[in-house]
Formats: sequence, C-alpha cells, structure tokens
Amino acid sequence: MTVQETSRVADVGGSSLDTAPSRSTQSARPKRTMRRLPAQKDWPFWVIVLTQVAILIAIIGLWQAAADFGWIDGFFWSKPSAIYATLIKFFTEGDAWTDISFTFRSTIFGFLIGTTAGSMLGLSFWWSRNYAAIVQPYVICFESLPKLALAPLVILVFGLGLASKVAIATALTLVVSTLTAYAGVKAVDPDQEKLFYSLGASRTQVFRKLVVPFCLPWIISVLRVNIGLALTGAIVGEFVASQHGLGRQILYAGQTYDIALVWVAVLVLSTLAVVMYVAVSWLESVLRKGVRQ
Amino acid sequence: MPAKLQLEHLSMAFKTPKGAFQALAPVTLSIAQGHFVSLIGPSGCGKSTIFNIVAGLLEPSGGRVVIDGADATGTIGRVGYMLQKDLLLPWRTVLDNVILGMEIQGMPLHRARERALPLLRRYGLSGFEYLYPNALSGGMRQRAALLRTLLFDTDVILLDEPFGALDAQTKLQMQEWLLQLWSDFGKTVVFVTHDIDEAIYLSDEVHVMTTRPGRIVASIPVPIGRPRPRTVTLTSSFIDIKERCLELLTAHNSSLNEAA
Repeated sequence: MTVQETSRVADVGGSSLDTAPSRSTQSARPKRTMRRLPAQKDWPFWVIVLTQVAILIAIIGLWQAAADFGWIDGFFWSKPSAIYATLIKFFTEGDAWTDISFTFRSTIFGFLIGTTAGSMLGLSFWWSRNYAAIVQPYVICFESLPKLALAPLVILVFGLGLASKVAIATALTLVVSTLTAYAGVKAVDPDQEKLFYSLGASRTQVFRKLVVPFCLPWIISVLRVNIGLALTGAIVGEFVASQHGLGRQILYAGQTYDIALVWVAVLVLSTLAVVMYVAVSWLESVLRKGVRQ
Repeated sequence: MPAKLQLEHLSMAFKTPKGAFQALAPVTLSIAQGHFVSLIGPSGCGKSTIFNIVAGLLEPSGGRVVIDGADATGTIGRVGYMLQKDLLLPWRTVLDNVILGMEIQGMPLHRARERALPLLRRYGLSGFEYLYPNALSGGMRQRAALLRTLLFDTDVILLDEPFGALDAQTKLQMQEWLLQLWSDFGKTVVFVTHDIDEAIYLSDEVHVMTTRPGRIVASIPVPIGRPRPRTVTLTSSFIDIKERCLELLTAHNSSLNEAA
C-alpha cells in the first residue's frame, strides 16, 4: 500500500515536470543538438601490434625504394639492405661484443657508483643542517654545470680506458641522485621524527629506521632516469677519446663515411638502451614491492 | 597518593622579531599516580607546548618537569607521547609499528612481537596484525598508534587529541576502548582535547586553559564514579561541570575579543 502511494506521488511529480513547466519555457529556449558522450573503442592488442609492424615495414620499404630510385642520396642516407649487410658483418667479422660489453660496463659502473654515492650524499644532509647549508651551493653549482663539457678533462685525468667513461657516467648520475635523496630527506615529517625521539631514539636509530626507509622510494624513482643518463655519459666519453665502445664505432664510422655502420651502431645502442631500461624498470618494481610504497 | 608527574612553574617564551612571545605562563600542575586528567582550552593555549616539554622535545624557558620525584626536564623517552596524527610507518605492518618503542629501547624483535601480539588481539586489532597501515580505517589506525604508545611501557602517557579526526560514532567507541585500556594498565594519562564532553567523561580532573599567555585558569575535579555509563553525560552533576567549563572558556575568550 505504502509502496503504491509513494510510486503514485513520484508519478505525479514526474508528469508535472514533463508537462507544465517545460511547455512554458520550450518556446523561449533555442533548439539543442543531441549529443552522445564521446566514447573511444579500444582495438584488440594484435591489431595495435600489427599496425605498428606495418608502419615499420612501410618506413623501411620506402627508405629502400627512395635510395634505389635515387630520390635520396644513398651515400649519405645509406639504405636498409646495406645496413642489414653491415649488421651481419658487424657481428660476424668485427669485435661487436667487445664494443657492446665496453659500453655496457661503463654504463653500469657509472650508474651504480653515481646512484649509490649520490644517494648516500643526499641522505647525509640529514645529519647536520649546517653541513647541508654549506655543501648545498656546491651541489647546485655542479648540477647546473654542463658536465659533458668536462669530458676532455676527464679523459686526460682518467685516461683512454674504461675509467674515464665510468667517471663521466658517474658525474651525470650522481647529482640527480643527490638532489632527489635530499628532497626525500627534506620531506621527512618532523612529527614523525618527534615520535621517534619521544620513544627515546638516538639519531642513528632515527636515520636507520625512519629517514632511510622513507627516502628509498625517492631514490628508487630516479633509477630509470639515471640508467639513461649513464648511457649518455658513457657514449660521450667514447666520442671524445676511446679505443672501444659503440660510441667510438659511431664516431669512427661517421668519420670514414661508413653511414651503414653508423646506423648499425645506433641500432645496437638503442637495443642495449632498451634492454637496460627494461631491466631497471623491473628492478624498480621489485624494490618498490620491497618497501611497500 | 604521591604525585606521579609534576610540572613546577613551567614556562615557555619564544623569541620573535617583535620581541619575546610568552607561549606558556608559569604552569604548576600535579598529577597523581594512575589518574586520568584532561587539558582543555582554545587553540594556542599551550597544550601541545606542555606536552612537548614533558616529552623532552622542547627545553622550557623556566621550571621543571618532575617524574616520580626526580627531575626529568629535557630527557626523552620518559613518557609515552601520542601526537595528533597516528604517524604509523607505511612500510611496516601494524605489528611492527606497534613494537617501535620496544625496538628502539633495544628489545629483540621476536620478543617484542611476542609481547605485542596478544595485546593486538585483545584490544580490537585481531586480523590486522600483518596488514599495512594504509589498509586500516581511521579508528583502527588510532588504536594501533595508542597501543604503540602503551607498549612503550612508561607510567605516564600523553595523548594529544587522539580522537580529534574521528567521526562522532567512532569517537565514542574509542573513548570506551581507551577507558578499558586505562583500567587494565593503570597508567597515568594526560589527555588533550577540544571536546568538553570527552574531557569530562574520561577524566578524574579537567584543567581548563586559556591563551595569551597559555595558562591553567581552573582545575575542576570530576567526582563521578566509575565505570561510567554513557548516560552519565545527561546527569545534573555532569552538566554542572560542563557549565562551569563552558563559562570559563567563554569568559576568557570574550575578554580576549574585547581586547582585540
């Protein structure tokens, strides 16, 4: 009974809305276009991939055709067939793996040293505000400095070998890690510190049990940026002076007008970059799970 | 009964560019062992300053903090202090958050956990022991934070508006829960709140504070027997005390307004 009553009341309300007030206003109101909520339909995954592959094939095919029919200068641009031939030669005849391993090692060492030392430096600023205030201008100065401009100097000091490449890669990654870890340190909740001290904690305990775990997500967040920077540092070091490495290959091939080899080295370098990026992303997700953020 | 915690002429002045700012006029207060007292007053009346001084986190400009008859001014780790926020560490499970105090005091982790587990289960955190704080509701988080304070195992506990951010219903539940804990553990509790009802309902004595400078204007005992049923808030003795508190608070506030 009550249900019927309420429904009737609702009906009355609804009909009055439909008829009386709207009729009076309808003449004055301009006609509106009926529009649906814009919706995008997602294509299946395989369609996306297929399209991507098709685009790649089209570019390569167009490039090859353009070089073959003389639309572009094959000497300067090279062409896919020549690049493929050089690629095979690069891996079978040359010392490809030496170069790849050289660049890989300089990158990884630079990445590890720069990230670790930088994070520790940034965290160390927690210990003393005075120390942080004194050191900070230097860090910012070093940050704004175009560090690659120092590359020739670094080569002179550290020599032609791996050490100089590691040094440049370290210089690039160190500052980013330092500033990020310091940003984490500054974001530590003072109340959280108060809680620790109210429990009678020592400074070491606050550092180990609060500051470090709190800053870990900050430190982890720059890993992906740093691996890219480390690779850049390693390559630039090889550009300046080196006996091995993919950067040196690119430079050498360019100077001898072996454009196909330039492309090959760039291709291998990109592959290396992607592999390291994926590896670091994986590491990041593992670490994130470890620190629960 | 001997005094557990005494504040002797405790004062605090901050230096500002405009000159010294008296945050706390000399405050003298004596709290007996096992008592539950509340401090109420407007914002800026120095409640948190008192707590910070008693917890040893702030050096007073003058006066002493005396615990068990011995000077404890400026020493940390002598009292349990729960700040307004729960301050649970997001990377630790509830269990590992609760044992933080014991861990800092150097108790081996397994022993600390053994001690904490039965308490977590008894006091309404059963099933939450191994969850991370972000999975908990506000009330549950406050419970965890309070248990952390309790397990630090000091005789005196300072609670700074622990239920301020909770909804009214949860707040009532938490008050009952707190009283249960208090009678089980026999701690001396100093409780800060804005809520007059809460202060009277929980306390043996209510200290009314006011601002500029922060000071205690009246100490009102609450002679209501325990355990107190909820309906005690409707009795005339309760309402009389509440009226006095309101009068004191509004009288000082209006005099402030006239001055301004």
